[in-house]
Amino acid sequence: MSLTTTRRSIRRAGVPYAFLAPGLLLFTLFLAAPIGYAGYLSLRKVKVSGLGLGSKSRTEVWAGLSNYARSMTDPEWLPSVYRILGYGLIVVPAMLGLALLMALLLDANRTRPALSGFARISIFLPYAVPAVVASLLWGFLYLPRVSPFGYALGKLGIGTPELLSSSWVLYAVANVAVWGGTGFNMIVLYTALKSVPTSLYESARIDGASELAIAWRIKIPIVLPSLIMTFVFSMIATLQVFAEPMTLKPLSNTISFTWTPLMKVYRDAFVRNDIHSAAATSVVIALATFLLSFGFLKLVGRRAFDQEDS
Amino acid sequence: MKNSKLATTLLLLGAAYCLLPVVWVLIASSKSAGELFSTFTLAPGTHLLDNLGDLSGYRDGLYWRWMANTALYAGVGAAVSTLLSAMSGYALAKFDFPGKGLVFNVILAGVLVPGVILAIPQYLLLSGIGLTNTYWAVLLPSFISPYGIYLARIFAAAAVPSEILEASRIDGAGDWRTFARVVLPMMRTGLVTVFLFQFVAIWNNFMLPYIMLGDDKLYPLTVGLNGLLNQGASQPSMYTVVVTGALVSIVPLIALFLTLQRYWQVDLAAGGVKA
Repeated sequence: MSLTTTRRSIRRAGVPYAFLAPGLLLFTLFLAAPIGYAGYLSLRKVKVSGLGLGSKSRTEVWAGLSNYARSMTDPEWLPSVYRILGYGLIVVPAMLGLALLMALLLDANRTRPALSGFARISIFLPYAVPAVVASLLWGFLYLPRVSPFGYALGKLGIGTPELLSSSWVLYAVANVAVWGGTGFNMIVLYTALKSVPTSLYESARIDGASELAIAWRIKIPIVLPSLIMTFVFSMIATLQVFAEPMTLKPLSNTISFTWTPLMKVYRDAFVRNDIHSAAATSVVIALATFLLSFGFLKLVGRRAFDQEDS
Repeated sequence: MKNSKLATTLLLLGAAYCLLPVVWVLIASSKSAGELFSTFTLAPGTHLLDNLGDLSGYRDGLYWRWMANTALYAGVGAAVSTLLSAMSGYALAKFDFPGKGLVFNVILAGVLVPGVILAIPQYLLLSGIGLTNTYWAVLLPSFISPYGIYLARIFAAAAVPSEILEASRIDGAGDWRTFARVVLPMMRTGLVTVFLFQFVAIWNNFMLPYIMLGDDKLYPLTVGLNGLLNQGASQPSMYTVVVTGALVSIVPLIALFLTLQRYWQVDLAAGGVKA
C-alpha cells in the first residue's frame, strides 16, 4: 500500500513538468537560446586570413566590444536613434491619449448602445489591418493626387503639403502607427472602465460632481494600472518600428535603409552580411528597451504584472 | 446636453478617422489604373471585378497562394500556441512544484522581450538546421507565446475549481484525460481569446517571414503585398493590383472580428478577459 502511494506521488510529482515540457522546450529554443546566441555573436567577428579565398581562410574569433564600438560610431546610428525617439514622443502620447479619450467617451455613452457600438467597432477595426497594409493604404492617401484632403485644399486654393517629404515623413509614419494602435488600447482601457460599478458614479453625481470631474477624479485613477501597461507595451513596440517605414519606403525617397535602428539591424545583417555588428546593435536596442520599460515601471512603483496567486 | 453633443461628435470623428483608409481602399479597388490617380478619391469606379480578375491572374494566382499560406501560418501557429499555453498555464495555476516561481518569472520576462533581439539568431539557428525558406521557419517561432501562457495561467486559476480536479482524480481519470475532458472545456472562453490574439499577431506579422523566406510561393500576404508595392514603384499599372490585394487581405480578419466581438474585451493590467 505504502509502496503504491509513494509510487503514485512520485508519478504525480512529474505531472506539472510533463504539462510544461513542450512549452518550455520551445521557449528555450526560440526565445532563451536566441537571446544568448545574439549576445555571443555580438562579441565575435570574422577574421579573414590570406586572400580570404577558400573556406579555411575565414575564421571566427573573439572581438571584445569592437562590434559595439563599430555599430555605435556608424554615422547613420545616431540619426536613427534620434528619429525613433522623436517618433516615440509623437506616437505613444498621441495613441494613448486618443485611446483614453475614446474609452472615456464610450463609457460616458453606455446608455446609447447604437452610437457607442458603432464607434467602438470602427475604432477597433484598424487592429485587424496588418501594419504593412495600413502603411500601404495611408501611403496612397498621402499622395497629393489621391488624398481627399489634397482635393479639398486644392479647391480652396491652398497647396497640399508633400506628406512624404523629409519635413513631414516622421508624422506620416507616426500617423500610421497611431491609427493602427489606438483601437486596441481603447478596448483595453474600456474593459477596465466597464468593471467599475455605475453606482460609484451615481453617488458622485448626486454629490454634484461634473462628468469631467468624475472622469478625472474617479475613472482615470481606476484605469491607471491598465494605462501603465499599455504604455510599456506601446513603448516596446514603438522602439522596434519596422514594417511601416519598410512599406512606405517605395513611395518616399526620404526613408533611407537605416531610417530606424531596426532597419539598420536588418540592413547590416541581411544586405551587408555583417551579422556581428547587427547582433551588437540589436543587443543595444533590446537593453535600451528593457531599461526604459523597467525604469518606467520602477518609477511608477509597479511590478510588470500582478503575480499574486488567485 | 451640450456635453453629450460634444461627446457624440468626438466619437464620430474618431470613427471617421479609423474608417477613412478602409472606405478609401473599398472605393479605390473599383477604379481602373487610369482612374486611380485622376478621378476624385472618393468617387467609385466600375472596375472592381476586372481588378479582382487581374489580382487572381497575377502570376497564376500567386495572391491566393499567399492568402492560403497566411491562413496556414496563423491557423496552425495559433492552434498549437493555444494548446501549449493551456498546458503550461494549467500546470502553473493548479500544481505546486519546485521551480514554479522561477518558471513563471522567466515566462513573464519573456513577455517583455523585444522581438528585435530574436530576429538574427532565430534566422541563423533555423538556417543551421536547413529550415529557413520553409513553412517551418515561420511556424516554429510562432508556436511559443509567453503572453499566451501568462493569460492561460490566469484563466486556469479563475475557471478551473480544484474540487472538480480532485473529483476527476478520485473517479480514476488520468491526468491527460482530466486535462482534455475537464480542464480544456472549462478554459474554453479564455482560450478563444488566446487563440485570437496569436492568430492576429501571426496574420499581421511582417518581419519574421520577411527575414525567413526567400521563395515567394511561401510568402504570407504581408510580405507578398510589400513586394508588389515595390514593383509598383517602377510599374505603376501594378498599383491597382496592390490596392485590390490590400482590400482582399483585410476581409478575413474583419469578418473574424465582427463575428467574435465578445471575445475582445481585454484587461491588460489584471491580465484577465471579461467575456
